[in-house]
Amino acid sequence: MSLHATTWQTVGPFFKIGFSWLYRDNLASPEVSGERVEISGRILDGDGKPVPDGILEIWQANSHGKYAHPDDLQEKSIEPGFSGYGRVPTDDEGRFRFTTIKPGRVPGPDGKLQAPHLAVSVFTRGLLRRLITRVYFPDESSNAADFALNLVDTSRRGTLIAKKIDGRPGALEWNVILQGPGETVFFDV
Amino acid sequence: MNVISAYRRYYPGTQPRHLHPSYVSSLKRGPLQSPVLLPHTLSEITGPVFGLEVADVKACDLTKQHSGEPLGERIVLSGRVIDEDSRPVPHTLIEIWQANAAGRYLHSVDQHNAPLDPNFTGCGHAMTDAEGRYRFVTIRPGEYPWGNHHNAWRPAHIHFSVFGPAFATRLVTQMYFPGDPLIPFDPIFNCTDDEKARNRLISQFDWETTIPAQALGYRFDIVLSGRDRTPMETHAHGEKT
Repeated sequence: MSLHATTWQTVGPFFKIGFSWLYRDNLASPEVSGERVEISGRILDGDGKPVPDGILEIWQANSHGKYAHPDDLQEKSIEPGFSGYGRVPTDDEGRFRFTTIKPGRVPGPDGKLQAPHLAVSVFTRGLLRRLITRVYFPDESSNAADFALNLVDTSRRGTLIAKKIDGRPGALEWNVILQGPGETVFFDV
Repeated sequence: MNVISAYRRYYPGTQPRHLHPSYVSSLKRGPLQSPVLLPHTLSEITGPVFGLEVADVKACDLTKQHSGEPLGERIVLSGRVIDEDSRPVPHTLIEIWQANAAGRYLHSVDQHNAPLDPNFTGCGHAMTDAEGRYRFVTIRPGEYPWGNHHNAWRPAHIHFSVFGPAFATRLVTQMYFPGDPLIPFDPIFNCTDDEKARNRLISQFDWETTIPAQALGYRFDIVLSGRDRTPMETHAHGEKT
């Protein structure tokens, strides 16, 4: 008989003590290839109030669409110095910000390539377990055929796609609405 | 063609729901919409890999991070990280954080009227060994009051963060101590429906790891999602394999 995975519990309000040593808001050092992006936004609760005790973890492929992980068996290049992992807390206004490179496309079901995306975990006090979502990129023609985006009702799909910030090349805005109108799409992984 | 297995979904009832009315903070933060079931792809079956860059022997002994010894009862906290098929999860990162012996966190938000301990920060991390084993030395944290309801007290607990082999296996949880009278009244502990599942969050006193005249041993094993039986493709059609 198999065991059952251990139960989640909230990160609570004091996760900074345990998590801050591994904060990483810049995922790609200068020698890493790829198009630079800065992603910023806020985590907001069901009343639209900022969540000051939240944290995001980011997981992504490099610009060639290759994960720095032994189970990625694709013959694509690893980028030295690029692990694909990021961890950023929110500030008193619920804001977060990180810089990285736009990932390449990775395979999805039926061998079709997915659109470039970041896998994101959201942790806050009050969340009994993490919320899982994705960030996609604007002006990306492959979004239209992306299998994960197509699992989502068209009226909510926009919550997964970052928006360009006028006048700031490479700067993108993406918010996490935990609950209520405009609620971000979360995935069961 | 190269194939890799996806990970298993959680067994029903063994994980908390997002909205749990007795845990008041969940009410405005838990989503109202059902999550969208996402089949696992390469993005979910891979995850961050940590190596020597995070190794730090001092980080697994929370009693040796300052010039003096922290106040409180020293404990040895150890166990294994395994998957649902009892296979060890080797070389994975575990992070812990906790209150001091008086029930106070070293955090600006914690306003509990209990003393800070200049010799205790309350955080540590370690990598599991090849058999999935880990070990921390720390002090037993104190219980503390919180604002969830009248006369609310958290049982003594230590927060655990574990990565496992993939994005899909990430776990953050809390470990409790056997015999703590506050456990049955704790809304966070009780947020999981399955009684056996929540009781597995309670560590066990352990003679084997108890150090004579030095520290009591507690054992806490952690189970991460196992591999699914169904293999999945990890290459795009038309790409070289």
